[in-house]
Amino acid sequence: MPRRTTELLRGGALIVVATAVVLFGFGANNYQLQAGTTLAMAVVLCLAWNIVGGYMGYPSFGTAAFFGLGAYAGGIAQTYGLPMGLAWAAAALVGAVFAIVLGAILLRLRGHYFAIGTIAVVEVMREIANNWDALTGGAIGLSLPILAGSPRFAGIFFYLAMWALALLALLLTVAVARSKFGFGLRCIRQNEDAASMVGVDVFKFKVAAFVTSGIVIALAGAIYASMVGFIEPKDAFNILLSIEVPVMVMLGAAGTVLGPVIGAIVYVVLRELVWVNFINFHSAILGVIIVAVIYFIPKGLLREFSLTRWRKWTAPPAPAGQG
Amino acid sequence: MGEPILLIDGLTRRFGGVVAVSSVTLSVKKGEIVGLIGPNGAGKTTLVNLITGFVPKTAGRVVFEGADITQLASHQIARRGVARTFQIVQPFSEMTVLENVMAGALFAGQRSSIKNAVDRARYYLEFVGLDRFAQFPAADLSLANRKRLELAKSLAMEPRLLFLDEVNAGLNSGELKHALELIHKIAETGVTIVMIEHLLRFVVSVVHRLVVLHHGAMLSDGAPADVLQDPAVIKAYLGTKFAQRHKAELESQRLKYQEQVQQSS
Amino acid sequence: MIAQYVANGLLIGSLYACLAVGFSLIYGVLNIINVLHGTFVVLGAYMTIYCAQLLGISPLISALVGCAVMFVFGYLVQRLLINEVVAAPVFISFTLIFGLDLLVNNAMIQGFTATPRSLLVDYGSISLFGLSLSVARLGAMALALVLTGALYWLLRHSQMGRAIIAVRMDRHAAALLGIRVPRVYAITFGIGALMAAAAGGALALVYPITPLLSGVFLGKSFVICVLGGLGSVPGALVGGLALGMLESFGTIVFGSQWSTTVGFVLMLLVLVLRPTGLAGRKGYE
Repeated sequence: MPRRTTELLRGGALIVVATAVVLFGFGANNYQLQAGTTLAMAVVLCLAWNIVGGYMGYPSFGTAAFFGLGAYAGGIAQTYGLPMGLAWAAAALVGAVFAIVLGAILLRLRGHYFAIGTIAVVEVMREIANNWDALTGGAIGLSLPILAGSPRFAGIFFYLAMWALALLALLLTVAVARSKFGFGLRCIRQNEDAASMVGVDVFKFKVAAFVTSGIVIALAGAIYASMVGFIEPKDAFNILLSIEVPVMVMLGAAGTVLGPVIGAIVYVVLRELVWVNFINFHSAILGVIIVAVIYFIPKGLLREFSLTRWRKWTAPPAPAGQG
Repeated sequence: MGEPILLIDGLTRRFGGVVAVSSVTLSVKKGEIVGLIGPNGAGKTTLVNLITGFVPKTAGRVVFEGADITQLASHQIARRGVARTFQIVQPFSEMTVLENVMAGALFAGQRSSIKNAVDRARYYLEFVGLDRFAQFPAADLSLANRKRLELAKSLAMEPRLLFLDEVNAGLNSGELKHALELIHKIAETGVTIVMIEHLLRFVVSVVHRLVVLHHGAMLSDGAPADVLQDPAVIKAYLGTKFAQRHKAELESQRLKYQEQVQQSS
Repeated sequence: MIAQYVANGLLIGSLYACLAVGFSLIYGVLNIINVLHGTFVVLGAYMTIYCAQLLGISPLISALVGCAVMFVFGYLVQRLLINEVVAAPVFISFTLIFGLDLLVNNAMIQGFTATPRSLLVDYGSISLFGLSLSVARLGAMALALVLTGALYWLLRHSQMGRAIIAVRMDRHAAALLGIRVPRVYAITFGIGALMAAAAGGALALVYPITPLLSGVFLGKSFVICVLGGLGSVPGALVGGLALGMLESFGTIVFGSQWSTTVGFVLMLLVLVLRPTGLAGRKGYE
């Protein structure tokens, strides 16, 4: 199929889906709205993580750090009287600055050490939030001003806001995937030294990826905080989030555009079903899901069940007789 | 062949008590083909690593095309027109052959759009003879072809100075012949080449000049026939039997070299 | 009094060394981060507590029983489940073991409930150099140090120990020499679980234990290993004592609620500035 046509079809599909999402929002009941917003948030976090963890291949467990940072930055800004939109912008800015500083420090580490470093950051942030009572309200938590209007209005508002962020994250991912930047990230993932020798400014690219990812995650945190109206350190800086997001992306297929989206959808649906029925064994079942994904679908749903893979199975073998 | 394209002054690399490269001073003229030889562990690859910024320098200066590049990072040096191949080839194994070469064009060569990079990559794949493998995963290539891919990637960077690190290791005689033709082809486009090699017969038939490294220090530097008769080189590296056995052959090489010099002047 | 703080630091530091040494060994040999470690510690502690309280066996023997059981458990877990991903990138092995940990931890909370339990025995205290030291704590310290020392001796002087060190240095070369690497992996993992259980048993003598503490134990192990150097027994000792001292004195300067944070911040600093750790051993990628 000619390239032009596939592009138009993709664009068309996106518009159809977007319209469906919006219409659903206006027609849904409160539970459905909440579930839909949770799903949107998962999609946002997955797409953002995918840039650092998928394309660039750096195993970041720092999602919770940025999420909590965004939640608290937005929340604190709002308690000081800043209107919500500006508070969210402030959160994005804080996220960017934090990403630059953290990136400069941590991105020098590789593999295991990078992973451990990001976990340590989450823990430290949570403890700071727990103990810095004056700024964050401490372990008791922080209450945010409630959005004016009916609960239904608020529900629809945040639903649309989160899905708008999801759309932004998707478009960002597409832009990255098709650009020189994305190409460079893939080179970095496969062989950092060779990338450097070929002219890629590895450090700059790594920090840029970290910042892009960090801003989106921080925004998600800020919207979440405004939505729930109350945040506390152990929720905002929850290490489980840092684990779930990579698992979702892995489930879908890391390093692709739609993989994070599919992974998020499948996982959230599964989780909602499990929670409803087995609340006591929630984390155990999550554990089982993780183990199952890694054993049986390591490359992700998109890759294990893709059309190209089928074609590869039935195609002739690799080039023989390379004289 | 004219003014110097590369000047190294007192380049040294020391780590943990080991001196890998010891105060090497050398200049390479534009358009030259220089052979860098010496026993294993002599510091040849380390020297290239130092010049290309892959490894930090303990002391010394590197001047490329008149500009001091001593403090630059490896990607900056790559963009200025210095490329190198790796002894153990390092492709981007998850990408296709075409994408591997595109990387060179995108980040160091023309540095424009992805579409442009595709065209440049195809051109260089044809140049080295790998165009029919363009869509194959780089990991599926044979060793000889992987070396050619490495070469194509470096060429896509449009370097003016190219370091070849043992491009011929592991090739059979047929593949060697092709490799020789390829190197000549590259030199004809005006690229200055410095090649690290073990196969002396091969090196001698292609280079204008030989530099011998031993224990990290420069042992000899000059025309191939002279260097190979240098008693210090014979003692450290070649052995008298080799020198005697190949004296006649080297004489004929010497004459051929003189012819070349006369032709180009 | 400074001396008291030093003594406290040493006492808890020895427990910490024992806590981290199994984790460190597993990292050094298998090159994976054993996220189950904290849970192993709690399991070991619970086994000690139940043996001592329900069966009336002395705490020391109970601890050793716990160690033996955990060794088998660890061996099986590695052989059956973790061996598949031992060579995979850190992200995969970490997440898999985290998943297993969620499973086991959840089961523990359901089974044992989150009520803290402990084996607080009161053997009184003795006076040494003018300091008052609880005998129970001294006993815990002794248990921890003896077992850590035994591990160190085992690694150097037994055939299996040498095989483990060989695999740690170079698994391919070890395989070429005829060492059955998967078996070494399983045994090492079992040893790691054993040491965790030992630490759990020792800790049970001095602190109340609940399954919710598994994360704390894991976190401390991280910190200790980074401080002392991942993969070595002396490193775990150095790191453990360092953390013990840090927490002991940190309480004076920062207040006890910041002690965990200070540990993590220090860990980050060491990671960035000197990844090989304070003991200077070679850092593994």
